[in-house]
Amino acid sequence: MVARFMSLKEAVASCVKDGDTISMEGFTHLIPHAAGHEIIRQGIKDLTLIRMTPDMIYDQLIGAGCAKKLVFSWGGNPGVGSLHRLRDAYEKGWPTKLEIEEHSHAAMANAYDAGAAGLPCAVFKGYRGAELPRVNPNIKFIECPFTGESLAAVPAIRPDVTVVHAQKANKKGDILFEGIVGVQKEAVLAAKKSIITVEEIVDDFGDVSPNAVMLPNWAVTAIVEIPGGAHPSYAQGYYSRDNAFYKAWDPIARDREAFQAWLEEHVIKGGPEDFAAKRDANKG
Amino acid sequence: MVEYTPTEMMTVSAARALKNDDVCFVGIGMPSAACNLARLTHAPEITLIYESGTIGTKPDVLPLSIGDGELCETAVNTVAVPEMFRYWLQGGKISVGFLGAAQLDKYGNINTTVIGDYDNPKVRLPGGGGAPEIATSCGEVFLVMKQSKRGFVNKIDFVTSLGHGKGGEDRASYGVDTKGPSRLITDLCIMEPHPVGKQFIVTSIHPGVTREEIIENTGWDVEFADEVAETAIPSEEELKVLRALHERTAKAHGDQQ
Repeated sequence: MVARFMSLKEAVASCVKDGDTISMEGFTHLIPHAAGHEIIRQGIKDLTLIRMTPDMIYDQLIGAGCAKKLVFSWGGNPGVGSLHRLRDAYEKGWPTKLEIEEHSHAAMANAYDAGAAGLPCAVFKGYRGAELPRVNPNIKFIECPFTGESLAAVPAIRPDVTVVHAQKANKKGDILFEGIVGVQKEAVLAAKKSIITVEEIVDDFGDVSPNAVMLPNWAVTAIVEIPGGAHPSYAQGYYSRDNAFYKAWDPIARDREAFQAWLEEHVIKGGPEDFAAKRDANKG
Repeated sequence: MVEYTPTEMMTVSAARALKNDDVCFVGIGMPSAACNLARLTHAPEITLIYESGTIGTKPDVLPLSIGDGELCETAVNTVAVPEMFRYWLQGGKISVGFLGAAQLDKYGNINTTVIGDYDNPKVRLPGGGGAPEIATSCGEVFLVMKQSKRGFVNKIDFVTSLGHGKGGEDRASYGVDTKGPSRLITDLCIMEPHPVGKQFIVTSIHPGVTREEIIENTGWDVEFADEVAETAIPSEEELKVLRALHERTAKAHGDQQ
C-alpha cells in the first residue's frame, strides 16, 4: 500500500492505539517531537516505548502517563543531566509505574537491524564482562556454530508503529533523510506501520545522490508535513538544535507541577502548527 | 608563572595521551573536551568518531549531545548507527576509546548505570549507551575522571563496562582480545595498569599535588610506581586553545555569561 498524506491528528489516530509497542527514533537529530505531543493529546495509554536515547520526547510521554514500559540504552538529557520524569515514574511510580528494559547502544542498533532484516534476533560481540545480562533476561549468549565463539543475542525489535521525522517527502510520498540518520530507516522497516513527519513536501528531490538515505512511498504508512516538527531537536539544513531549551527542560521536568503546567500550555493547548515558529527561532 | 585549574590540568593530560594517527571513539562528557583539544593542538589529523555515526569530525565547539549538527557538517562521513556499531566498532577499526565514568575500580571496570542496587537504586544514572562495547572493541581505552573517594571505589555497584575484570588475565576470559584500560587521567595524577596484576598504579603526579591527596581521594589502596614522574604543566598554547574552545562552546549553547 502506498503512503497517504494526512493530518497529524489523523495519522496518530489511525496508526497508534492503547497498548502498542512504539518506536520514535532520531539520534539527537530529527526527533519527532510534534508527533509525540499529538500522542499525548490523544491520551494514548499503556505504550511500550522503544528508543535508544529516551531523551526529552519520552520524558514528556512518560510524564504525561502514556507509557507502561521503556526499552532503552542511554537515559539522560545529554550534557545536562537526568530525565526527571523518567526517573520519577521508574523510582516513584508517578504518574504511573514504569517498567524498564535496558540494553547497550550496540544491542539496540543490532536489534533494529535484525527487525528490518526479518530476523528473530540479533547476534553480536557485545556485553562481554558486563552486568546487564544479569538483570535483563532478554540478553542471552549463544555459541557460533562454526567457530564456537560466544556471542550476545537480543530479540529483534519489531514495533507496532515507528514514528520518525525527515527533511523531505516528494509529491509521490518518497522520503529523504540527510545528516545523522541514526536508526530511522531500520526502525521504519522493522515496524508494521510507520508515521513520517517531514519539514516540507517538494515536487522532487532534485540533484540528490543515488546513495541518499531514502524510503520509497510503499515502505511507509502515513506522511505528515510539519515544519519545525523536530524542535527542540533539529533538522539539518533547516534549523539548529535548541540546546538552550534542552537546558531549560531540566527545571521544568524536575518538578511535577511545573511539568504539568508546561504540558497544559504547550502540548494540550498546542498543536503541530506551533512548531514553525520554533523552527524560525532556531535558524542559522 | 602559568596559572591553571586542576580540571584544566586533567583535560590537557588526557589530550596528550592521543596521537595524530589515532582513530578515537569519543565518549560523552569529559572525553570530548580532551579529544578536541588534542585535535586543535598536537594531533590535527586525529580521527574523532562519535556514536551518532560521524567519522572524522572537526567541531568548532564541543557538542552538548553526541549528535549535534556540527559533528555531521564537519565530518568526513556520517554513517547510520547500526553501521557505526557493527562495521566500525565491532569490526575492530578503532584504536582508542575515550570514556568517563561515575564509578571506577582499580581494574578500570566502569559503572555508569546505578548507585546502589539495580532494582532499587539510590541514584539511577543514564546507563551504558555505547560504552559496554566501546570498552571491549576498541584497541585500548583511556579513562578520564575527577578523582574522589565516592567515584574511585573498591567495588563498583554495577559493572556497566568491562575493564580488566578481576585483574591479571581475567579480561581475556570473557573472550575479549583488546588491551582494555591503558591509562587513567585524573585531576591529580595519571595511572597506568600494572603489567601483570593490571591494577592501576600512579605513574605521574600533577605539579603541586601530594601523594597524600591522591590517597585521600581514592577508595582503594593506592600503589605508586617505583619511579613516579611529575606531569608537565599545561603550556600557554594548550591553555589558550582549551579556554577558547570552552568559551565558544558556552556561547553556542546559550549559557548565561
